[in-house]
Amino acid sequence: MSNKKKKKLTPVQQEYQAFAKAREPQRPVLANVFKAFIVGGFISLLGQGIADFFIWNFDFTEKTAGNPTVAVLILISVVLTSLGVYDHIAQWAGAGTAVPVTGFANTIASAAIEHRTEGYVLGVGGNMFKLAGSVIAFGVFAAFVVALIKTLFTMLGGA
Amino acid sequence: MLKGHQTWVFPSKPTILSTGTVVGPFEGKGPLADDYDVVHGDLWLGQDSYEKAEKKMMEEAFEIAIRKAGLQKQDIQFFLGGDLLNQIISSSFAARSLAVPYIGLFGACSTSMQSLSMGALLVDSKSADYVLCGTASHNPAVEKQFRYPTEYGAQKPPTAQWTATAAGAALLGPAGDGPKVTSATIGRVVDMGLSDPFNMGAAMAPAAVDTLTAHFRDLGISPEEYDLIATGDLARVGHQIARDLLIKHGLEIPEEIFTDCGILIYGEDQPVMAGGSGCGCAAVVAYGHILNRMKKGELKKVLIVATGALLSPLSYQQKESIPCIAHAVAIEYNG
Repeated sequence: MSNKKKKKLTPVQQEYQAFAKAREPQRPVLANVFKAFIVGGFISLLGQGIADFFIWNFDFTEKTAGNPTVAVLILISVVLTSLGVYDHIAQWAGAGTAVPVTGFANTIASAAIEHRTEGYVLGVGGNMFKLAGSVIAFGVFAAFVVALIKTLFTMLGGA
Repeated sequence: MLKGHQTWVFPSKPTILSTGTVVGPFEGKGPLADDYDVVHGDLWLGQDSYEKAEKKMMEEAFEIAIRKAGLQKQDIQFFLGGDLLNQIISSSFAARSLAVPYIGLFGACSTSMQSLSMGALLVDSKSADYVLCGTASHNPAVEKQFRYPTEYGAQKPPTAQWTATAAGAALLGPAGDGPKVTSATIGRVVDMGLSDPFNMGAAMAPAAVDTLTAHFRDLGISPEEYDLIATGDLARVGHQIARDLLIKHGLEIPEEIFTDCGILIYGEDQPVMAGGSGCGCAAVVAYGHILNRMKKGELKKVLIVATGALLSPLSYQQKESIPCIAHAVAIEYNG
């Protein structure tokens, strides 16, 4: 992809891009990976804590505790987004806050807040899945393909 | 009067009679806070949308500029302005309340100097007595337009820039006390094939270099003529690239006189990645900070090169590269 893109550039453009690249600060990938690991791990730990809380205090099993746990994490994420804190945490944490379910909740909540001024129907309703929409579309499609493969294997006499 | 290929010289030296600068709370915490006329503590400015807040800031900047010059709205013949929102609504809506003949401009973040150079041309050619030039940008409103929702948690790279919440206006007149606009160089669109909207500095630097080179070539002068040369909003990354690129092209600007509005507007401790950007950035730094320094006698001749990235969210999604432009205006003050 990037090679194909480069081919369209003139020699002058290519020369400049190399010139500019040498003067641009790079993303601190190693530090970002480390931060993402810490924060992502912390969110997972938090989720585990919440799940245990439900299992110990209420009538939940390890299987059924998943749903209320996700709901609590989503609630925390939406509250932090509404308070304008989530994006600051995310700037530091990167993928650590983007990958867990909190990131998904944030995409929907932030888009809904952003388009509030255009009204509930055309603004909030029409735009809240602006970022999350492609996650849902491709997620559902991927699930469909996986289910299809599984069905085919079963039909062919697999386990 | 045309000189060289793309430079206007203004023999009558139109005067910047007054300026108005209005900024948001984050800019008010920056190092130039004392140079602005109004620092708002509320990002909403009491409005119910950020778009209205941007328009309101622009209107305030106009009112301040007109009042400081001791004029009335009806004395202004033309208003030249633009902004970053779709169909430049902030400028057009502000022009509605201003109720003076209006020419809307779009030059992205170069609008401040684009409007000032056109205004100076109108005054110099006696097509107008008083021209108001202005522009504004509002961080959340512009982010919404060009990027992700403001509260969306995406990590920005160190090359990204922070759109300034700021509005700046300058009132030009034929004579009087104040800094004079002596020449202006209109830039060409330069596209080096960069397409990352989180790295605008590198995309815009060649445009600034092109305009600077043209300015010195057309006027036959050297950079040392100026006490200060400020690029618009290249920020730390782009400014360094522009500096090195100029050296490569054999035009060395002494380090101590070459700066950038996107670097000046925010302090080192403010989390803005590479620095500031947006229409309002170059406008308030030039009309506030730099003109104040001229009035204090610290600077006599300055050149401001406002840079603009002429992309749209649509062109970016369709994988187009970012065309960029820069306009330079020379201002002198011997008060």
